Parts: sequence; structure tokens; C-alpha cells
Amino acid sequence: MEAYLVAIGIIALIYVLLSLGLTLQYGLTGLINFGHVGFFAIGAYTSALLVMNGAPFIVGFAGAALLAGIAAWPIGLVSLRLRDDYFAIVTLGFSEVVRIILTSERWLTNGVQGIPGIPRLYSDLGGAAGQIATFATILAVTVAAAWMIRRIAGSPFGRIIEAIRDNEEAVQALGKDPPRFKIQVLVVGAALAGIAGAFYAHYITYIVPEQYIPLVTFYVWMAIIMGGVGRVSGAVIGSVILMAFLEGSRFIRDVVPWISEVDMASVRIGLVGLLLILFIIYRPQGLMGDYTKR
Amino acid sequence: MSLEICDITKSFGGFRALDGVRLTIETDALFGIIGPNGAGKSTLFSVISGFVAADAGEVRLNGNRIDALSPPQRARAGMLRTFQVPREFSHLTVRENLMASAPDQTGESLLGLFFRPGQVRTEEAAIAETVERTMAFLKLDKVADVPSGKLSGGQKKLLELGRALMVQPKLILLDEPFAGVNPVLIGEIMERIKELNARGIGFVIIEHDLEALTRLVPRLAVMDRGKVLAEGAPAAVLEDPVVREAYLGGVS
Repeated sequence: MEAYLVAIGIIALIYVLLSLGLTLQYGLTGLINFGHVGFFAIGAYTSALLVMNGAPFIVGFAGAALLAGIAAWPIGLVSLRLRDDYFAIVTLGFSEVVRIILTSERWLTNGVQGIPGIPRLYSDLGGAAGQIATFATILAVTVAAAWMIRRIAGSPFGRIIEAIRDNEEAVQALGKDPPRFKIQVLVVGAALAGIAGAFYAHYITYIVPEQYIPLVTFYVWMAIIMGGVGRVSGAVIGSVILMAFLEGSRFIRDVVPWISEVDMASVRIGLVGLLLILFIIYRPQGLMGDYTKR
Repeated sequence: MSLEICDITKSFGGFRALDGVRLTIETDALFGIIGPNGAGKSTLFSVISGFVAADAGEVRLNGNRIDALSPPQRARAGMLRTFQVPREFSHLTVRENLMASAPDQTGESLLGLFFRPGQVRTEEAAIAETVERTMAFLKLDKVADVPSGKLSGGQKKLLELGRALMVQPKLILLDEPFAGVNPVLIGEIMERIKELNARGIGFVIIEHDLEALTRLVPRLAVMDRGKVLAEGAPAAVLEDPVVREAYLGGVS
């Protein structure tokens, strides 16, 4: 049971990292990024391939952050001059392009068969101890990321991105270039998603393109909506609720055994959808309150 | 030192919003633009500040063409604009709105923020001082920590002016600074504008309220249907029969 809780904790923290990136991009800056999973995928594949080709973990993780960040750069240049809704479509398209490339470039990614046997972090410590060490590492990285986002939010840079979210033209009228700020935000958020991807790959040890479907992006959106948009605490709590539901719904079969294993996957998604609807009806500001609507 | 608007034309579909507008305004002047709704006043501001591209014509600031510059570049050249409907950063407090407006902050880049924290702190202290002075000058100090979305219409207009002042402008384009503002506050905003003008900051003011504007500016232009009908001292301009016909509906 403890091993199971640690396992859920690790996945929850990966979602927290993803949510923190989106908190910076959407919560603080107002960028509607529907392609978050694309950067998550780039991070997972980059670190897996680097480490399996002999690089140390630290290089794998740095490479994941770097490549995900670099991938965000051209997206920013091309699409940040577009209106919000166009930006959303472009990012959604981007993440699908990433998934299709991962499926098609078999020489590099092994296509739909994916990459098995990715080394685990701390495998020399053995099962339980290795798990706990992995959990501690992700926790430390997540705390550092949360500290960084808090720091950004309370800074001169944070004032400008929040001003951009409130009224972009007024920011221009004051002599500041919104795209310069948005690109930085996009790159930092993507790098966080890349690091989350690297943790994911080294934790589950087997990655396939089908893990990086848009549903993952929308899980992250659900987490920040349920937790409270624009708040670091909201990102954390929303991810925990999401994980509790995704994992908790596993146990529904103990109560209602007539649902088959196959149907269960759909039932889980349905339940999470229901949870989101209930949140939007009864607590639209999220548990911690919506910072953008205060 | 002047702002020259040379034969600016702009159409939206079949509607000619600006039709060969030509004006020369000294950058340290107090200059008014009046005209009925749809005369093209706000469109003219948008063209001058770079938010709307003209179909034809030129805008020059101190002799240099600025048509190719982006809105932020024009603001950095010292020409600020405000908006007819205030565009406060509604989730930021009044103080934060003004702090955000200060130019060239080291802490505005992530590299500066994380690698030059000392520099950022020094600048923040200096900006905070300027903000305190600006809030006192505009009588916004009582609402310093109120989210700006909760201000009254008049206070939002003052905040717009305050944000422009933070950029240390040479010329400010004010779009209807008195619209929806209570009469007491109008008097105060006028006093502030006069004081600032005495310190060398120029103003171009679009206004609906004819009476308020004639008390404030020594020179104004009258616009109607995208054209400048007349320009000069308020008294002379308002006696112009063409102006009376167009703007005052021919009532004598």
C-alpha cells in the first residue's frame, strides 16, 4: 500500500510540475496553451534517448528542459502575434505534430512500439528505497519550481505579464512589447513540462506516442481550474484532486464489478468530466479561488 | 518640436473615417480636438499612436517619419496615449498599475530578475518613490492598494494619466479625459493638466465636452466626417459658420 501511495505521489507531482507551467502561462499571462503535452512528450523522449545512449541523468534532464524550451521559441515567434483563440489552435496543432513525428520517425523513436527499458532513477538503491528517493527528488524540483513561479509573480516581470493578461494594448501604449514577455513565459512553462516529461519517462520506463494525446493537456487544464487559476497553491491542490480521482476511480470496480476492465477506462474519463462539471457549477473559482477574477 | 499629421486617410470598408487630415501641433502645446460622434477623432489618435495603419499620409514627430514604428516604439519616443474607455490593469492595484508602467526595468527580464536582484531592489525603491509622488499629485494615494478594476470612472481616467506620466512623456494624447467624470473631478484633472503643461509636457485632448475644453486649451481643431473643419483659438473657431453648421447644427 505504501508503495502504491508513493507511486501515486510521483505521478501527482509530475502533474503539479505540468500545472505550474500552465499557471505561469495561462493563470498569470493569459496564454491559452492547448499543446502542453507536446512539450511533456519532447522532454520524455529527449531524456530517455540521451540516457539510453550513455548520458548521465542530469544531462538527460537538462536536455529535456532545453529542447522543450527551444521548441516553444518558434511557436512563440509565429503565433504570439495572433489572437488568443488562434494561439490555442496553433498550440493544439503543435502537440499533435509532435505526437505524429514521434510515431513516424521510427529510426529515432521506434514509432508506435515506443521505447522500453528506460533506466530508472536510483535503480541501484533497489525497489522501495529507489521509489522514495525518486519521490524526494521530484518533490525538491517541484518545490523549487513553485518557489520560482511565486518569485516571478511578485516581481516587475510578474506585474507586466499580469498587465498583459488584463489589457495587452494598454501595455503596448506604455512602450513595452508584449511578445517579448510572452515568449519568455512560454519557454519557461515548456521547460517545466519538459522536466516533468523526463521524470515521467524515467519513472514508468516505457514510453509510446499514444501517451501524449491532447487529453493529458486537458487533464492539466482541469487541475488548474479545479484548484484555482493563477495560484501556485491551486496548481498543487488541483493536481492532487485530479490524481485522487483518476486513481481512486480504479477502486470503483470493487463496488460495481459488472463494469469490465475495458469499459473502466471510459468510465474514469467520464467521472473526471463529471467532477469538472460539478466544479464549474458549484465552485467555478476553484478551491483556492481564481486569482484572475478577484 | 512638433507632431505633424499630413493628409492622413483611413477607410473601414466603405466608411471613410479620416479624409485627408492635416494638422501641425507643437509638442509642448495644449491642443484640443472636438467634433461630433463618428468625426474620426479616436481613429486619428489610433493612427498617430500606431494602433491603426493609415491608408495614406504621413505622421512625423520632430521631423522624423514615425509611420513604420510599432505602438511601443512610438511610446518610447515620448508620445503616450490614453484610451477613451479606460484600460486599467484591473487585477493590479493602483500602485501596481503605476509601478508596471515605469520604463526600462531590470526586473522586467527573467535574467535580470534572477541574476541581478540587487539592481532590481534598488530600481524598485526608486520607482516606488516616483509612484508615491505621482499618486499624491493625482490624489490617488487613498486608493493606492485598491484593485484598479474597482475604481470609479473618474479615478480610472486619472490612473490612465498617471500611467502615461510614469513613462516620462513629452507629449500625451488624452482621449476624452472628462467623459463620465463628475464635475469636481473634472476641475481637478484640468488643474493637473495645466500644471503638467507648465512643466513642459504637451497635451492633445479629444473632448466631447465643448465647454470644458474651451476653458482648458488656447487652440483647438474641429473635426467632422473625417475632416478638419477649422483650427484656431476656441472663440474664433466657434464663430466659424462652417463649424456652427456642422457641429452645432446651425443654431445661432
